[in-house]
Amino acid sequence: MRISYYPGCTLKTQAKDLDRYARVSAQVLGVEMDEIENWQCCGGVYNTSRDEIATKLSALRALEQAKRNGGKLLTLCSACHNVIKRVNDDAKNDENFCAKANAYLSFDEPYRGETQVIHYLEMLRDEIGFQKIAEKIVRPVKKKIAGYYGCLLLRPSKVMAFDNPENPSVLENFIEAIGGDPVRFPMRNECCGAYVSFKDKDLTAKRSRLVIESAESAGAEIVVTACPLCLYNLRKNGGGKIDVVYFTELLAEALGVKENG
Amino acid sequence: MQRIGVFICWCGSNIAATVDVERLAQLIKAEPGVVFSADYQYMCSENGQQLIKNAVKDYNLTGIVIGSCSPRMHEATFRKAAESVGLNPYMVEVANLREQCSWIHKDREEATKKALVLLRTAIAKVRLDAPLTAGESPVVKRALVIGGGIAGIQAALDIAEAGFPVDIVEKNPTIGGRMAQLDKTFPTLDCSACILTPKMVDCAQNENIDILSYSEVEDVKGFVGNFKVRIRRKARYVDETKCTGCKVCMEKCPSKKGLNEFNMNLNNRTAIYIPFAQAIPNVAVIDPTQCLKLKTGKCGVCQKFCGAGAIDYTMQDTFVEREYGAIVVATGFRPINVDAFNEYGYSDNKDVITSLELERLMNAAGPTNGVLLRPSDNTHPKVITFIQCVGSRDVSGCGKPYCSKICCMYTAKHAMLIREKYPDTEVHVFYIDVRTPGKNYDEFYRRAVEQYGVDYIKGMVGKVWNENGKLMVQGADLIENEQVVIPSDLVVLATAIEPEPSVRKIATLLTASIDTNNFLNESHPKLRPVESPTAGVYLAGVCQGPKDIPETVSQASACAAKVIGLLVKNHLKTNPCVARPDETACNGCSQCANVCAYGAITYVDKEFRIGGGKTETRRVAQVNPAVCQGCGACTVTCPSGAMDLSGFSTAQILSEVEAICRK
Repeated sequence: MRISYYPGCTLKTQAKDLDRYARVSAQVLGVEMDEIENWQCCGGVYNTSRDEIATKLSALRALEQAKRNGGKLLTLCSACHNVIKRVNDDAKNDENFCAKANAYLSFDEPYRGETQVIHYLEMLRDEIGFQKIAEKIVRPVKKKIAGYYGCLLLRPSKVMAFDNPENPSVLENFIEAIGGDPVRFPMRNECCGAYVSFKDKDLTAKRSRLVIESAESAGAEIVVTACPLCLYNLRKNGGGKIDVVYFTELLAEALGVKENG
Repeated sequence: MQRIGVFICWCGSNIAATVDVERLAQLIKAEPGVVFSADYQYMCSENGQQLIKNAVKDYNLTGIVIGSCSPRMHEATFRKAAESVGLNPYMVEVANLREQCSWIHKDREEATKKALVLLRTAIAKVRLDAPLTAGESPVVKRALVIGGGIAGIQAALDIAEAGFPVDIVEKNPTIGGRMAQLDKTFPTLDCSACILTPKMVDCAQNENIDILSYSEVEDVKGFVGNFKVRIRRKARYVDETKCTGCKVCMEKCPSKKGLNEFNMNLNNRTAIYIPFAQAIPNVAVIDPTQCLKLKTGKCGVCQKFCGAGAIDYTMQDTFVEREYGAIVVATGFRPINVDAFNEYGYSDNKDVITSLELERLMNAAGPTNGVLLRPSDNTHPKVITFIQCVGSRDVSGCGKPYCSKICCMYTAKHAMLIREKYPDTEVHVFYIDVRTPGKNYDEFYRRAVEQYGVDYIKGMVGKVWNENGKLMVQGADLIENEQVVIPSDLVVLATAIEPEPSVRKIATLLTASIDTNNFLNESHPKLRPVESPTAGVYLAGVCQGPKDIPETVSQASACAAKVIGLLVKNHLKTNPCVARPDETACNGCSQCANVCAYGAITYVDKEFRIGGGKTETRRVAQVNPAVCQGCGACTVTCPSGAMDLSGFSTAQILSEVEAICRK
């Protein structure tokens, strides 16, 4: 299977692990990730002002390219996924935005949200299937693993349509597939504090600590995430007792290809 | 040639603001056959009607067209006015210039043009109108009440009091409904059972009331005054005429794992059971999914111990058919399923309960004998947090968009009762708004806050999770503008209510219309609130919309008044706009009878002269005008064009189409 892939800026700098372990794992699973050409920053955060268009254009460029190359766009960073999927939803459902953006971008053919945006976890679940993945595991990660969702993958739930926002299960199913023991903890879908750390470090610290303590008291040995910013906040504020890693790292480890990454 | 008068109503500004009524009155004069036209502010008023009557007399009108609101609103008014001056009421046509024109258009010029077309269409129809005379049909002087909760009980008692026989059909083994499950009632805090059970007993003892418990309506035929209803009497495996309600069977039954529905599944009951001590009828019933004898053939303990010999394992469902003049729907409600609200963790935590479960936990006849113990470990909860609007006013798709109306009051009641009974308990209530309109209602809520010290927090709850046996309730305090986490022992969800789902089937059987939330529609939301648009069908209680006990009882009595008003009549006027077959064209093919939803068409063999002194016998259709509803299905089905509808003839409809298409 070939699929257009959007990595995003952070995956080329701070979060190289998230990206490289995803790539080596995909190879084992028979997926060729085609990094789209000349991609630009997704916009960083989704702009909620109704009249803001400029910050959504780069996401549209990526989506339009994917439309011409198979119709699906694979994302990995939670934040990029959130921005791109929501911009895509705007292109599909907000006529005013769609008309203005297309007038500005002048593609050969107007883009109207035709591309399907899928997160790497959704690819594992829906395109490959956890059963198939479990069959390819050579080094099961026999640990108590807490899957931390954060908010960007889940919300706004109607647009993201990723999983049940109050009681998600994709990470737990993933953890089972790689041989781990999933730990469901209450704070797994709470916010880590995100960019608030720019303005109020204490608040972010408090939020992240809540998450880590919740995972810890539920008996977790390790926390996995799909988000570079969550990883940063949790590592910085978690007290260092439990390690936080990208889910792709454990996947590569279980598939026996971590060394290739 | 008809002499037609056209009367255009302004409806205040409802029509006149969008349609140029004065110009319309001038333009319409040019139509062939129109000898008079006028416009007036309120044609339905006394003066408006007088204007019509005078014109009929002064201009010798033979047909009239009214341009006004929907015929559903005032057709009867104008027909009566016409009749009073000697014009046949079926020579009146209404052009709907309000709902179908002024209300839905903005452009005055376009709307006026359309109004003109609508008037021409009505004129085309009135030209071909012929005087019709209404027939009569007898009224069966017996009422059916579907649902034996407080709504059904009150309606039945009031109808019976007026001297008419009533049947209550209740799908559960006992009447009483939701009210029987409640502990206390707001705003007076009197015990629910104490005020309900005497009414239940009254029903049982009233000579005019027949309670068909554990029964369901299977089929409904007929029409107002003449309904024929088929009722399934589900097998209870206990002979109602023999059982004395001694409960020995319940003591002896070895199958004790059935969930006790009456106690909201909080404890178990035996396979043979009487739902609660004051059940009416006080007769046991066997749950076939739990009974060992019925499941495996081995047991029979209850039969052995039953002194009355009432147990019959071979019992089958039976059917009864009865005739009624009127039907009251009082099917009630249930709390919604809250599993979809994962943020409150109802399915994960035993100590997150619904308000109706709390009612049972507080009730002296409940699973804890009225001692408030939390379900997980049977300890007294010290901190109790209530969450209001669980599933009400919810547009996320998990719940209901409407306000359930009763939750603010019952939550205040719960909070107050708990603080009264257990003063060392801390009680918090999260709310979006507190809505307590009603006599002595707001005073009641204020008492909870001011006198009983209940902590009301304006804001919604985002998450409930279990931390070492404590339920952590995380919510927003919008007044303090902060996030709060309240460690609680018990969390109570003020759950939205929805119509009992069986109402959908009932509505289909009765051809009664239903809204997107499964509430039955009333005929008019303000002026005919207890009547269904289907004649002879009346609505009581929550099946029509969320309401509390006082409102339900008021509505049930209003229903009864309507039913009595119908049943005192010996005859009802029938609609003369019914199908009539042209026997010379009918070839007896049966297609019309096949599409008739009311069973109004039968066939007879008739002799016809075919010339030369000869005759032949042919099978031809006949319509029973008392049963025909004038729906027109047969007229469009008939392949030989033999079937036509009085008042809506094919010729009339085609001439209307022609008028619409005319340039």
